[in-house]
Amino acid sequence: VPSLGTDKQPLRVAIVGSGPSGFYAAGHLLNSRSHPDLRVEVDVFDRLPTPWGLVRGGVAPDHPNIKAVSRVYEKIARHSGFRFYGNVEYGRDVGYDDLHTHHHAVIYAVGARTDRRLGIPGEDLPGSWPATELVGWYNGHPDYRHLEFDFSCPRAVVIGNGNVAADVARMLTLPHAELAQTDVAEHALAALAESRIEEVVVLGRRGPAQAAFTNPELLELGAITDVDVVVDPRDVELDPLSREWLETGAAGTVARKNIEILQEYASRGPQGKRRRIVLRFLVSPIALLGDKRVEGIRICRNELRDEGGSLRACSTDATETIDCGVVFRSIGYRGVLLEGLPFDERTGTVPNEEGRVVGEDATRRRGDYVVGWIKRGPTGIIGTNKRDAQQTIDALLADLQAGDIVAPAEPSREALEELLAERSPDHVTYAGWEAIDRREREAGEPYGRPRIKLTTTEELLDAARERVG
Amino acid sequence: MTYVITKPCIGTKDNSCVEVCPVDCIHPRPDEPGYEEVEHLHIDPEQCIDCDACVEACPVDACFAEDQVPTEYARYTQVNAAYFAQ
Repeated sequence: VPSLGTDKQPLRVAIVGSGPSGFYAAGHLLNSRSHPDLRVEVDVFDRLPTPWGLVRGGVAPDHPNIKAVSRVYEKIARHSGFRFYGNVEYGRDVGYDDLHTHHHAVIYAVGARTDRRLGIPGEDLPGSWPATELVGWYNGHPDYRHLEFDFSCPRAVVIGNGNVAADVARMLTLPHAELAQTDVAEHALAALAESRIEEVVVLGRRGPAQAAFTNPELLELGAITDVDVVVDPRDVELDPLSREWLETGAAGTVARKNIEILQEYASRGPQGKRRRIVLRFLVSPIALLGDKRVEGIRICRNELRDEGGSLRACSTDATETIDCGVVFRSIGYRGVLLEGLPFDERTGTVPNEEGRVVGEDATRRRGDYVVGWIKRGPTGIIGTNKRDAQQTIDALLADLQAGDIVAPAEPSREALEELLAERSPDHVTYAGWEAIDRREREAGEPYGRPRIKLTTTEELLDAARERVG
Repeated sequence: MTYVITKPCIGTKDNSCVEVCPVDCIHPRPDEPGYEEVEHLHIDPEQCIDCDACVEACPVDACFAEDQVPTEYARYTQVNAAYFAQ
């Protein structure tokens, strides 16, 4: 395509999803260092009326500093080539062909919407939840606000050893007064205020040296007001394999530091505080127990075995039962199939090479790209998506340079907006989001809270419309 | 708080941290003036959001949370801040 990317004929790119990976992709395109003169129009779609993905709906309410990352996305959104179309769902309001009719390239930044399952008996008992639903609920995600969690039991169990598991343990134990200063959803604040949970047991399949917590998340667990963190000293005595793993440097600094932190926790001993977080290692759930709802969990003891250089947890015959009234599984997110795209069921991702989507027959799907979790799987932290998006955008711009871009039928924003007016008259523009944002911040101000979130689609759409009046 | 880049960065300047810093607060970037001259990179304490991305990315363990900086590198907290105060 000659002269594509100029004022006369801007490169038009659709991005499906407005979380970190989508925004970094938009930023790298609009402020390309390798192609400073490139004229690009970026249209970002989100199925929610609000942008920022897991920064709004995933990052824990007591991590306001991390949420401050959104100021970078606000700056990207102010670029003249940027448009936001919220409350527009891919596969429902717009489809594969629609986007390809109006854009030269489509970047899927949809993340990983569902959770992985344990595959054990009792998993579907009431009281057994994916952590993702609790996280969406306390963050005011409209899909989860109707959920009702029962916190009337003295013990909760969290399965998993990553940062989401740490977030859940913290949210279940934070004192009300501290939670009430955050942007936690109102319904969650009220329900957690009534919580009778005294103890949260966190189960790790492998040993302390293999836990996936980052150092700051693990440190935080030991610093919550009026909460004891309990680690059995025997659990942090390293097995020979783990010791060797740590000493040879095969493990990173993060793992070594985690061990130090856990050894310090083990030396503390309980101090009779109001709540407890108990970190257990080398245990796997084998069944959730209960008649009408969760009453306990049966776990087995694991041992580590070296299998081709990686340490695997293998179950042993030693089992025990923990009484508990609620269980959250936090063993990973999983992507879902998208209209018009190939999908790898095993990994829950879209097959790709450096961000270029590759079809079932191993041929390139020209014009289709992926970033973030749907590209590489649900790993890494926010910043990981910046480098990830750079790779995809480098690929896209190389394709542009090579003329390897299909000309769409109607590469025009006007035509797209005509389509949206018809399909999705309730879509939310960036100005609409700014009205929502203003309303939420104003609501929080009298209470010293960063914002009070609107948590239903209707409330959000009402607030977005207000700017017009 | 903030994060701090310390001595192991000297002679390395690997830039992995620059690529992953979600708020672009690590400078100078390779395309910025002064990059060749500086001994090591710096984190802007006013911009850092304490996300830990640089710690994970750094191949030489030069990045630390401010409250985790080893005593022998203590002065780097000031050195990082001073770079942006210029």
